[in-house]
Amino acid sequence: MAAVTLTINGKPVSAPAGATVLEAAQDAGIRIPTLCHLEGVYDVGACRLCLLEVAGSNKLLPACTTKVAEGMEVWTDTERLRKYRRMTLELLFAERNHVCSVCVSNGNCELQTLAYEAGMDHVRYPYQHPQLEIDQTHPLFGMDHNRCILCTRCVRVCWHIEGAGTKNVAGRGAECRIITDLNQPWGESETCTNCGKCVMACPTGALYYKGVSNGEMRHDRHKLEFIVTAREEKQWIA
Amino acid sequence: MPQRIVIDPVTRIEGHAKISLYLDEAGNVADAEFHVVEFRGFEKFCEGRPFSEMPGLTARVCGICPVSHLLASAKAGDAIMAVDIPLAAEKLRRLLNLGQIVQSHALSFFHLSAPDFLLGWDTPPERRNLFGLITAQPELARAGIRLRQFGQEVIEQLGGRKIHPSWAVPGGVRNALCREGLDRLRGWIPEARRTTLQAIDLFKKCLKTHGREVQIYGNFPSLFMSLVAQDGTWEHYGGRLCFVDGSGNVLADQIDPQRYYEVIGEAVQTSSYLKSPFYRPLGFPEGMYRVGPLARLNVARRMGTPLADAELQYFKKLGRGAVNSSFLYHYARLIEILGCIERIEQMLEDPDLLSDDLRADAGINSLRGVGVSEAPRGTLFHDYTVDRHGLLQKVNLIIATGQNNLAMNRTVAQIARHYVRGVPVPESVLNRIEHGIRCYDPCLSCSTHAAGRMPMWVRVVGPDGRVLQELRRE
Repeated sequence: MAAVTLTINGKPVSAPAGATVLEAAQDAGIRIPTLCHLEGVYDVGACRLCLLEVAGSNKLLPACTTKVAEGMEVWTDTERLRKYRRMTLELLFAERNHVCSVCVSNGNCELQTLAYEAGMDHVRYPYQHPQLEIDQTHPLFGMDHNRCILCTRCVRVCWHIEGAGTKNVAGRGAECRIITDLNQPWGESETCTNCGKCVMACPTGALYYKGVSNGEMRHDRHKLEFIVTAREEKQWIA
Repeated sequence: MPQRIVIDPVTRIEGHAKISLYLDEAGNVADAEFHVVEFRGFEKFCEGRPFSEMPGLTARVCGICPVSHLLASAKAGDAIMAVDIPLAAEKLRRLLNLGQIVQSHALSFFHLSAPDFLLGWDTPPERRNLFGLITAQPELARAGIRLRQFGQEVIEQLGGRKIHPSWAVPGGVRNALCREGLDRLRGWIPEARRTTLQAIDLFKKCLKTHGREVQIYGNFPSLFMSLVAQDGTWEHYGGRLCFVDGSGNVLADQIDPQRYYEVIGEAVQTSSYLKSPFYRPLGFPEGMYRVGPLARLNVARRMGTPLADAELQYFKKLGRGAVNSSFLYHYARLIEILGCIERIEQMLEDPDLLSDDLRADAGINSLRGVGVSEAPRGTLFHDYTVDRHGLLQKVNLIIATGQNNLAMNRTVAQIARHYVRGVPVPESVLNRIEHGIRCYDPCLSCSTHAAGRMPMWVRVVGPDGRVLQELRRE
């Protein structure tokens, strides 16, 4: 595959044509904050945390869905980007009910980690405090919409790793929700295979194993990567 | 002209409150009210949450006694799952609660209340606080702070943190004690015991010069309630409910805590956010009862450990059948610290504390569960109703301080009637009235206790609402 050369934060980087800037940066050891990105499934550019400044473009572009190009000049950590990242995080916190201290994922949450990194010591936007439901109808797992950031990782792993297609997105704007099958209680789903990949993929405490208490939730994301890699590399075929 | 005096805020307590004194035409106290002026709403906003999250969630009620809520909530969860938790888990929970009682009682005695009776009621308020105590009696203050630290250490060694550990869960606990933690606690026992015995000696000496306080600081017959073991031994985690009256007669014994609502009613008063529970068979307000250290020692026949039992005998002689003076809550608190330290010492020899069989697993087997434990301030009830998926439909929390509400009102009135003779009311007298509240070590919400510099605001208001006089303590 042909290689292209670009600069990231002034550093010359080479990447295969067709790669995303995020992949190129990761290969070069440059960290870009991400939230909806998950190794093993395709990217959708939903969370806007990996935004980049690209020379010649006024728009900020997401690293996860922007392809590398020859001679491209990319900046990942500018004053402007830090300002927007912090704003994005604050909006995520204000949108639903993220109360870290009593959350099952406290200490193991990607949203919380990014907020710490961004120095988010307060939220400047009014909290919306929506009254959202919790679905505990499934025998093994629970879904708390209060903690969902609509990254759609669960939907993507359900469709593209497990192939069950149980999780979907419904509604628009503030009414947007992750749903199960045709918006029915999870416990009544006919397609769910109880595999738990959605729970492993969730970056926050929105999806959890039933019965876990505060701060006890662990998302075993490496299992997802393991499955995808084994499948792609045909490691299971002797 | 009838007048109203307001003490706002009441200082050196845990939380926010104020006191109103109503004076009659002659300037004597006609009535007094203790108002809790903060509203939390836990019972409401917990609705809809999974019961498995409740221990960690309700622990946030309070920074002083999170462990009490943690345990009552986990026990309510056990009842919903209808499981007997592993024996090791129960022992570990008991150890945690003993540590909690030690640290909270030490805080109440040394940090909050001792400045009054050790430094003197008439000491200027800027010196009548913990820092004044550190200046006047540095060794005692240091020992008291270290005693509290010991209790906190028990909590940290088990729960991983001193405040708000989410360690107890429905079905058991998350982890056992480690060998290093056990050794660390064991090494601390002699110092903790020594400090407690010194404090007991000191308080007994104090009693000789505080006869008047014993007589008028909440000295009236009332009912007392606490958990107690089947054989009458002091209990803090298991056991059943027992009510005794002001003469020590048993009114009701071995009541299943799951059916507490058959004997306890809750009244609501418009003057306070704190509800007023009462003993149902006697009705409201005749069914006033007290909980906490004084009640537990009035209910229990023995402490179950040698040093504490010796003190209990001395304590019991201070009353006829039951000790009725709330000033002796302080003494009861010290005896409980002693008993807890002795129990901790005994427990640390138990290999079960290092066990890994810690958590029972089950689904929803009962739609209602009640968890009861003895918090430092008294009996704590968590009553949950869930749907078949484990989401809370109804939450009722009965907090120790609420159960002392009626008695606190009466204590404030009793002290005020004795000391107040019209306006202006001297600052030291207002402090005595506040101390009536401190006897109960009320925990009005969380860790918002002042270092003694909170302003006190007293307003004398005429019947027409006009402010006649203002007194400020800065």
